[in-house]
Amino acid sequence: MISTEEVKNIASLSRIHLKDAEAGILSQDLEKILDYINKLEQLELSGIDPTTHVLPLKNVFRKDAVIPSLKQEQALSFSIEQKDGAFKVPKIIE
Amino acid sequence: MNDHQKQFETVIGLEVHVQLDTQTKIFCGCPNVFGKAPNTQTCPVCLGLPGTLPVLNQQVLLHAIKIGLALNCNINTFIKFDRKNYYYPDLPKGYQISQFDYPIAQNGHLDIPIKGEEVKRIRINRAHIEEDAGKLIHDDAGNCSLVDYNRTGTPLIEIVTEADLRSPQEAYDYLQLLKLTLKYLYVSDCDMEKGSLRCDANISIREKGETQLGTKTELKNLNSFKAVKAGLEFESERQKQVVLAGNRVIQETRLWDENKGITFAMRSKEGSHDYRYFPEPDLVPFTVEEKTIQEIKEAMPELPSEKQKRLISQYQISKYDANILIQDKDIALFFEQCAELCPHTKKICNWLNGQLLQELNTRKNTFRDIDLKPQALTDIILNTENGIISNLAAKDIFKLILDTPQSVAALIEKKGLAQVSDDAELTKLADEIIEQNTKAANEFQQGKQNALGFLIGQAMRKTQGKANPKLIGDIIKRRLIDAQ
Ligand SMILES: [Zn+2]
Repeated sequence: MISTEEVKNIASLSRIHLKDAEAGILSQDLEKILDYINKLEQLELSGIDPTTHVLPLKNVFRKDAVIPSLKQEQALSFSIEQKDGAFKVPKIIE
Repeated sequence: MNDHQKQFETVIGLEVHVQLDTQTKIFCGCPNVFGKAPNTQTCPVCLGLPGTLPVLNQQVLLHAIKIGLALNCNINTFIKFDRKNYYYPDLPKGYQISQFDYPIAQNGHLDIPIKGEEVKRIRINRAHIEEDAGKLIHDDAGNCSLVDYNRTGTPLIEIVTEADLRSPQEAYDYLQLLKLTLKYLYVSDCDMEKGSLRCDANISIREKGETQLGTKTELKNLNSFKAVKAGLEFESERQKQVVLAGNRVIQETRLWDENKGITFAMRSKEGSHDYRYFPEPDLVPFTVEEKTIQEIKEAMPELPSEKQKRLISQYQISKYDANILIQDKDIALFFEQCAELCPHTKKICNWLNGQLLQELNTRKNTFRDIDLKPQALTDIILNTENGIISNLAAKDIFKLILDTPQSVAALIEKKGLAQVSDDAELTKLADEIIEQNTKAANEFQQGKQNALGFLIGQAMRKTQGKANPKLIGDIIKRRLIDAQ
């Protein structure tokens, strides 16, 4: 059973704002998903390697060679606020 | 048992992040450089813009294997990447690409020197590859924070020990050896000031004899090896006081305040340590061929502890001297080049570990900055050993050569630094000294040995250090005895 509290916690970790009603619906949806996963877990899978990626690919590398970066104005153009060449964000307190 | 008689043991584990020396970042072609204007070394990949895909820099994997092997780890032949999820402005994607269950290296160790010939084995739990975050600058005046993403995507290796360290000193020694080992591998400059090497520590205490681990705190903001040691010393003592007062240590992250010399609890949001790792779908897995591991093994340089052992046995120098030499692999190599030219290996050590380090220190240079030829040093040593120049003159010559590389022989000639060893000349000098210092001469004749030292000193002063002190001493003595 996944409680609405757990749903709210996960939502807050993911910075998703939920209304109480939405949390209730999601808790039921997630419940169904987890039920299905529980079914899968009952399958006899010994001797089968876990799937780590869905594509049948491995070892995709890049050579250690420089590609020119964006100019500062270009990089900052994605931001709402800037200051002194940096992205400006609300004050972070440690 | 009375509380005051309780014996505590400190248990420490370290997590070290090392930035790797590569041309480019881990998943994009941006230059991996330090000290550029903010946000000038970024691209859509490392800024985490939608629609971009990371691609692993092959050099990062090769460096990681090299580090794993040097730390005596098993290299996993199958590895993958995972997302570590958290929201912080220095992390543009909202997750850090790291390795969770299939890291590159596991189950290694580093043997740190303790007293005498003994070493202590510090087990390495794992070393994994991950990407660095950006840099946050807190702008108090502007009541905001500023983000520079130049560092985002710098390749990192995180090296995690088991909780095998038992004192702040051991933690310090481990870090010294780890740093030295990494420097020998040419995989990182390990410069803590630039942040290329960073260390967090887990520390707990328990009563001696107890096998269960106590509640640990995580220590951050340790910006130098000295800070690691001081922070751990403070924290160990703080935990003892908590326990002795009948309270419990709380599991938390604490920050070291260098100026106040204390640790304090970091304000943290609830549940912020729930990273919800899951496999990184944007990167396919990697396999490491046995052949690749073998090739890296074969190209592995001699590591510090091996070099130390070899220097001791090959050149008959002391463990103490060898240990100083290996702290800089360039100096260690220079020592070997000198030893080929000159049999006085102990003397070479004395020069390198004494005079040279002192000069480098005053000149704020590294060995690489100066132009010292092996022959120059061995010429100085041989000339001193043969009595051609005095120790004092040798030191002057050494300094002059560091200023301007030049021939030692020419310098001795030009500056007139050769010692006077000519018998007739020294006899004449001895007679003058005796005549001018009759009191001391008489004292010597009456059996006062100290008086001879005084007379030799006078002779050295008169010749500005150019008289061969051993010869002039012998001659003064002979003349005084003959005169009796
Ligand atoms: Zn980039």
